[in-house]
Amino acid sequence: MISFYEVVKKNEGAILSGWIEEMVRGVRRADLMTDTELKQQAKELLGLFAKAAESSSDAESEAFLQTREFLRDIAKSRMDQGFTPSETALFVLSLKQPIFNALRDALKGNPSDLLNEVWASGNLLDRLALFTVDSAVEFRDQVIGRQQEEMLELSTPVVKLWDGVLALPLIGTLDSARTQVVMESLLSAIVETNSQIAIIDITGVPTVDTLVAQHLIKTITAARLMGADCFLSGIRPAIAQTIVHLGIDLVDVQTKAKLSDAFAMALNRMGKRVVALKPAGAGMVLGSKAKDN
Amino acid sequence: MERIPILKLGDFLLVTIQVDMHDQLAITLQDDLTTQIAKHASRGVLIDISSLEIVDSFIGRMLANIAAMSKVLDAQTVLTGMQPAVAITLVELGMSLSGIKTALNVERGMEILSQFTDPGYEPQDADGSQE
Repeated sequence: MISFYEVVKKNEGAILSGWIEEMVRGVRRADLMTDTELKQQAKELLGLFAKAAESSSDAESEAFLQTREFLRDIAKSRMDQGFTPSETALFVLSLKQPIFNALRDALKGNPSDLLNEVWASGNLLDRLALFTVDSAVEFRDQVIGRQQEEMLELSTPVVKLWDGVLALPLIGTLDSARTQVVMESLLSAIVETNSQIAIIDITGVPTVDTLVAQHLIKTITAARLMGADCFLSGIRPAIAQTIVHLGIDLVDVQTKAKLSDAFAMALNRMGKRVVALKPAGAGMVLGSKAKDN
Repeated sequence: MERIPILKLGDFLLVTIQVDMHDQLAITLQDDLTTQIAKHASRGVLIDISSLEIVDSFIGRMLANIAAMSKVLDAQTVLTGMQPAVAITLVELGMSLSGIKTALNVERGMEILSQFTDPGYEPQDADGSQE
């Protein structure tokens, strides 16, 4: 009995050209990849596949390690080139037709063997194709994870507005993980800078639902427990409406429409105010600062 | 038996918690503090918890209780120096300790207390703003 890997080895040249023909007809993306590159990849993969299939019929086994690694590289480079995962999978799957053709020629007189070998090789190729999809998804997940981390770091700056006044401009949707980071960074900044007033500005938060509001209230309560007053600013009209419609109770929270209003209130509470240094046209200078100079 | 010292400072009582609070210690503190307030007719109590790293719902409730009891004895309680982790824990436990005044450090806490006991002091509105 002849196994499919023997057939593959014997007819490597024919299969390779058949494969490339198949790809040109079906999944070829001439805009993303050159012919030489494609041929190179196809040749290498076919060689690895035939070699591995000789010693094992399980795509997860040690024998296929090299093949899997090669496919992983292909999946990654193709992702970077702009292929979709299914196009990468089709690259592997389109190998079926030429192999089946070669098997049909080699096992003409023995239909049951032919069926067995077609099944075995088809099965293996299916697995390998799925593996490329898995790899592609894995790479995409890695990218998403890294971006999420970066966004988390980028989006929670705590700014010092004045001696004892902190501002936390929030941008983007708040979820539990982010709120936790926001809360922690705000509270530790309060301790570090010894601030008695913190302003949370939600101008950049697109929507406020009950969960987000609850997170905000928690943060504000925690800040109050530490001895700092917390104001909420940057509430857009639409958000004000949502808050009332949702029945969220913000009675205990000092809210202002704009960050500047909240800052003015903070200064006021600290017994400071903004005065004009010159009567008109000379711009505004903060009163206490002018005295210091 | 282990006790948390209560220092008398004029009209005020000063309590600094330097050790991990366990339940019995909290109960003893509650007893001692109420006794001392009554004895000295104190107007304010300052509890500094800047060294307190771990808190549970029982300790949280004890702090709220102490504040409520002091109120009954006409003494204002100020809690100072709470650590971020402790604040987060208390909030997650659903305890906002709304009856207690808080301050960042002992110095600010004393300011609040002296304001409170100032004869010309008028209770402010709910948000504590000073216009």
